Amino acid sequence: MRKLVGVSLIVLLSACASQTTQPEVEDLAGSAGNGLGGSDLMGSGSDRASYFSQLQDPNSILSQRSVYYEYDSYTVKSEYRELVLAHAKFLRDNASASVILQGNTDDRGSREYNLALGQRRADSVKNMMTLAGARDGQIEAVSLGEEKPRALGYGESAWSQNRRSDIIYRGE
Amino acid sequence: MSIHWFKHIRSALIVLLWWISAPLHAQLNIEIFGGGASRIPIAIVPFADENKLQQSITPIISADLQRTGLFRLVDPAGSSPHTPTEVVYADWANRGANALVIGRAISLPGEQVEIQFRVMDVAKKSQLTGLAITVPSTQLRAAAHRIADVIYEALTGDVGVFSTRIAYVLKRGNKYALQVADSDGYNAQSIIEYTEPIISPAWSPDGNQLAYVSFENKKPVVYVQTLATRERRAVASFKGSNSAPAWSPDGKRLAVVLTGQGGSQIFLVNVDGSGLQRLSRSSGIDTEPSFSPDGRSIIFTSDRGGSPQIYRMSVSDTENSRAERLTFEGNYNVSPDFSRDGKSFAFIHRHNNQFNVAVQEIGSRQVQILTNSKFDESPSFAPNGKMILYATEIDGHGILSAVSRDGQTRQHLSVQTGDIREPAWGPLPKWK
Repeated sequence: MRKLVGVSLIVLLSACASQTTQPEVEDLAGSAGNGLGGSDLMGSGSDRASYFSQLQDPNSILSQRSVYYEYDSYTVKSEYRELVLAHAKFLRDNASASVILQGNTDDRGSREYNLALGQRRADSVKNMMTLAGARDGQIEAVSLGEEKPRALGYGESAWSQNRRSDIIYRGE
Repeated sequence: MSIHWFKHIRSALIVLLWWISAPLHAQLNIEIFGGGASRIPIAIVPFADENKLQQSITPIISADLQRTGLFRLVDPAGSSPHTPTEVVYADWANRGANALVIGRAISLPGEQVEIQFRVMDVAKKSQLTGLAITVPSTQLRAAAHRIADVIYEALTGDVGVFSTRIAYVLKRGNKYALQVADSDGYNAQSIIEYTEPIISPAWSPDGNQLAYVSFENKKPVVYVQTLATRERRAVASFKGSNSAPAWSPDGKRLAVVLTGQGGSQIFLVNVDGSGLQRLSRSSGIDTEPSFSPDGRSIIFTSDRGGSPQIYRMSVSDTENSRAERLTFEGNYNVSPDFSRDGKSFAFIHRHNNQFNVAVQEIGSRQVQILTNSKFDESPSFAPNGKMILYATEIDGHGILSAVSRDGQTRQHLSVQTGDIREPAWGPLPKWK
């Protein structure tokens, strides 16, 4: 059913393609035909609620979702190891949960090459998570390259904010 | 439209300011710098009765020729021949004109306009070429570009590209628009608008479709969109990232970069999304493919040697193909675009923390750096190989710029509000 809704959304989008605006909040799992994979991952409503309350508890390390990198590096620094391993454990313990990892770069250089560099950052987090027991099918590593900077502007203080991988739970 | 000239004696620096109000509230500003030493002096006489049209023809022709940096406009003031018998050649020789363009506009029934024009050789006192074209009165700009092409071809021997279109991405506020415009930046139209980024537009060889990368689904996906119908479909939407589309010269396949099998690697896929086939095979990053005009090889960016450099590999024999490294100067050479004659490629070269447009000859490996700005990106050859369109930055704003193949002439094309980036120069129209 979700798939059908997604497909008709795509048809609508193409029908009025010259002036379409993306909804601000999008249900990742609800967009069919976008290669994001399975969508029927969540259990009943109450399961889902308790599941997200764990992830969003500000006292839990699971509420932390960003990994930052050194310039020209895609190595997960030791200070982010605990964070990545906590999410890996959560995925291992919750087989129905899944994440999309978005790698990002600063804006110096070719957009497409930066997309590939951002992919490396997302892949490095994915590797650490699968080694710690998360299943490959639970994780999609993608890149946003330099296209979605967290900090705007020129200089190291902005750039260091943008060398980043974000962990996003589907359906959250 | 008003034209101001500032001539600096030493460098023959010409700045042409040209204000227009294009549709979609985009006000474009074109400035020209430099110009070759041996520019062709040409006088273009306003055509008879063109002032009765909705749009005068000769100012568009003059601006087209001017932008190439190959012509010097001779003022026709005080003399206005429209037919060969009215031409006093000695007068034009005295003004220093080598070529003279004359013509007339005739309004026909049914909102049609016939434009007759001739290019006269002043020294030989004879007609070089001439043509009569009939267009709907809404197509006067297109008619002017065709005439400019005929003049350019008659006087330089190269094919003109004034009738081509360009594609680019315009970011304004939090909106991204994929736009298509005439080669002079007029008639800009949005093909698609989103609140998520769009990058890497690529023209199909017939000019009917654009491939591009959209982030509307929280990750990069490659779409192909037909311009006439606005119909679009995802051609590469695999698990992971999908990007960097490049058309094969026959228009049947796309090279794309996928990450689903590990790393960023180049694949071939049919335009309908079927027939996926892996092309590159490295443990590093392989991206930014560009096909050779014969379709038998691609050039691409790879960091397999430790830094991003440009490589070439065969498309037909992928099993036995070894990628050959092409660039050796510096430690950052990216974004290659094959010239349409296959003899050279444009790319971005980093040195002293500057990112500049460069061209390398395939045969001799000779490199020429064409620009001296700070942040140049996405070079795209004109179909005649005489200009390269690229994105650059001025005061933190993204603008488009074009540089002549010899680096002598540059022009900026900017929108008053918003960032403009990711240019792609479209193919020659079918009648060429």
